[in-house]
Amino acid sequence: MTSQSITLDVNGKTARLTIDDPTMPLLYALRNDLGLHGPRFGCGLGQCGACTVHLDGNAIRSCVFPAVSAVGHRIVTLEGLGTPEQPHPLQRAFIDEQAVQCGYCINGMIMQAAASMSSNRNPTDAQIKQALAYNLCRCGTHLRIVRAVKRAYGTA
Amino acid sequence: MRNTLSLTHSVSRREILKLGGLVVSFALPIRLMATGKNATAAADIPKVVAPDRVDGFLAIDRQGSVTVFSGKVDLGTGVRTAITQIVAEELDVPMARVNVIQGDTLLTPDQGPTYGSLSIQNGGVQIRLAAATARRALLLEAAHRLKIDAQELTIDAGVIKPKQGKASIRYGELVGRRSLALELDKDAPLKDPGSYTVVGRSQPRLDIPDKVTGRFTYMQDFRVEGMVHGRVVRPPAIGGTLLSVDADSVSNVPGMIKVVQRQNFLAVVAKTEWGAIAAARQLKARWSDWRGLPDEDKIWDYVRATEIVRDDVTSNRGNIDAAIAAADKRLSATYDFAVHTHGSIGPSCAVAVFEGGKLTCWSASQATHNLRQQLALMFAMPDADVRAIYIDGSGCYGRNGHEDAAADAALLAQEVDRPVRVQWMRADEHGWDPKGPPTLIDMQAALDSSGGVSAWYSQFYGPDGVAGKVKLVAAELAGMPHENAMGPGGIIAGTAVPYKFANVKTLAHRLVSTPLRPSWIRSPGRMQSAFANEAFLDEIAAATHTDPFELRRRYLTDDARAIAVLERLAQLANWRLRSADNQANSSTATGRGMAFVKYENNRTYVGMVATVEIDRTTGVIAAKHFAVVQDCGQVINPDGVKNQLEGNIVQTVSRTLMEQVRFDRSRVTSLDWQSYPILTFPDIPQIDMELIDRPHETPWGVGEPSAAIVPAAISNAVFDAVGVRLRSVPFSSDKVLAALKA
Repeated sequence: MTSQSITLDVNGKTARLTIDDPTMPLLYALRNDLGLHGPRFGCGLGQCGACTVHLDGNAIRSCVFPAVSAVGHRIVTLEGLGTPEQPHPLQRAFIDEQAVQCGYCINGMIMQAAASMSSNRNPTDAQIKQALAYNLCRCGTHLRIVRAVKRAYGTA
Repeated sequence: MRNTLSLTHSVSRREILKLGGLVVSFALPIRLMATGKNATAAADIPKVVAPDRVDGFLAIDRQGSVTVFSGKVDLGTGVRTAITQIVAEELDVPMARVNVIQGDTLLTPDQGPTYGSLSIQNGGVQIRLAAATARRALLLEAAHRLKIDAQELTIDAGVIKPKQGKASIRYGELVGRRSLALELDKDAPLKDPGSYTVVGRSQPRLDIPDKVTGRFTYMQDFRVEGMVHGRVVRPPAIGGTLLSVDADSVSNVPGMIKVVQRQNFLAVVAKTEWGAIAAARQLKARWSDWRGLPDEDKIWDYVRATEIVRDDVTSNRGNIDAAIAAADKRLSATYDFAVHTHGSIGPSCAVAVFEGGKLTCWSASQATHNLRQQLALMFAMPDADVRAIYIDGSGCYGRNGHEDAAADAALLAQEVDRPVRVQWMRADEHGWDPKGPPTLIDMQAALDSSGGVSAWYSQFYGPDGVAGKVKLVAAELAGMPHENAMGPGGIIAGTAVPYKFANVKTLAHRLVSTPLRPSWIRSPGRMQSAFANEAFLDEIAAATHTDPFELRRRYLTDDARAIAVLERLAQLANWRLRSADNQANSSTATGRGMAFVKYENNRTYVGMVATVEIDRTTGVIAAKHFAVVQDCGQVINPDGVKNQLEGNIVQTVSRTLMEQVRFDRSRVTSLDWQSYPILTFPDIPQIDMELIDRPHETPWGVGEPSAAIVPAAISNAVFDAVGVRLRSVPFSSDKVLAALKA
């Protein structure tokens, strides 16, 4: 396999990296080449949602999305959404609702909700649950997660 | 100047911070900082880790910052925050000035594995005592220095000062000249809970801001300089042998370093993570077939036929044989509970390195001290040459694959002589994490003419063995030294019942083997026992036309805290007995079921009422609502406890309704989230809960007890709705339909 150099637009910054396999998913570029911790490896199958990032504002599963296909698109990760000092309203709401246990799935919950709710202010519980229906949490933090999403968007 | 050696701070704050971050030095220099004439004689001396010493658990530096060395770790449950609260409260310092180091065999005392809902009950209470001992020593020292009676001193934010007057002295100044090398004093005065300002009040969890912004470093994020990546290639049939490996089949993988084979242990190491994944997928190997697992459809026949190596009698009162023989009416039923996987969302991960003949391993293990012993055994090294360091991982609900990933990483680190990170893939986790064993329970009761219970007899069938260690996959596959005993956890602890029946016998038949490597998963054995006990009690209530609430209250006799929980529950749930008959004609039916536990018959009380809806056509059960009341004694962080309660219920609804590890004669076949589905958002129940706070009582565990009774509460609610008993977890729609037709 021949290596190639690609440029990714991640969290508003340009990153150049060399990849030696065009099938390598974006997740590995973000985590290992760029050192990001937000997107997480959960299943590598697109089933759990822990790896979710935004591609031009849409939620995608970065564990099954080739890095080369992200070239020319705007990628935002959990880190790009906000910081502990300046959190995104959803991140603020997850803190306020204490909507975390181990937190491993939370990246996916926040990134999926941020993308799904961008066009739906004042979502109902049922709409939130449907939006997150394909994101898995094992600790059973679901009730708090729904409350957090509702808090973030309920009054917007 | 006193000539006592001053153990102010064995590890500098900078070094401690390194442990939680990305920068790591392999051989962490541990320096004793001495004062006075020994000031220049700083030497490499290990930090005290004795669990009977204050400096085992606590250090205070010159700035007054407190470092806690906790053997118990935060598995995503909020233990770090709760322990911070306990220390901040007892020492009267702000929480922001307390830092917690967890589960590092070089730095923290061995407080036992983080399991069994004991982190606060045992670990936190031990640390509280260390803080109380330190507090008294600091007060006495301040009294000496200020020449004021200790009784006249108060402490505020780490500053000791007289109730009247201006003189004051800070903790940092005191310990700068005085040792914390004190024996833990079991009589050290504890603060009066009535004066608490931190404990007992909901405190935001310390880890959450970083976890929701991507700043947190999980085990899976941890990196070490020079580190390379490993992936394991497990036998396709669990007991298969490796016949041949074609290393050339991966020679074209970029960054390929090595194909590692030791007996049946097979793995690849590459420079990049994706390279390791590609190589593991591409590697050609031939394995022998093996068909040593039982037929899944006949699992309960298999369990019943398994050789019993020992009977444990967990309670025995009166004479059940005579009572059963004399009974007016007898009742019997068999309950079973399927094999479950932990299902951590992040598969297990570890980093290991051998350096100078010593092994350092970073792991999300809930038991780093045990892991150290296991790795020492595996590599024939002294325990002292192995250091295991905890880093928070994806939630673990018992002994999942973390320790096994650590053994994989250590073996590969030895093979390639550099730091290796091993990340299990999803199929490795679902296929090879140790499982909650299949459990069978026979119940029998004798009823007297007045509707009372004259005898209660239960027989539990589960694997032999205790908690603590589970053999490491890599050690077994590679033919390296390892434990042979099974470690299913303390599975018999919930077999006895809190009900004061005249004649009771509870018996656990311990089996010589179980199909898949067993370990403990949240409420191990106790959930299975509580399922059988509390559902069978509901059967008795139905057979005797008694309200299940009244039946429980009658036999809990003089246990005031148990009765208080039940009565609060009846109020919270607006409990009343209903009949299934009036819903007979509708396509869906709703029912409510009660369950109760006094965990292990000696601690946390939980009562629960589940409301379920059953679709008679599809056989699908929806768990709609839970009302829960818990008395866990003193509550440290009320919101943290509620978070655990919610998690216990939602996770156990999933286990009860959906979960079952599938296998054929050779292997686990449920290797992803499609074949092992778990509960998702649209199906989560609503929960109302109430905590009975008893600030003057011992704080008891909360991580398991409420989970234990979810299966029975649901089963009882199903009976209330449609009049059929579900005695086999999971309550899958095919079982429900079969029961409805029967």
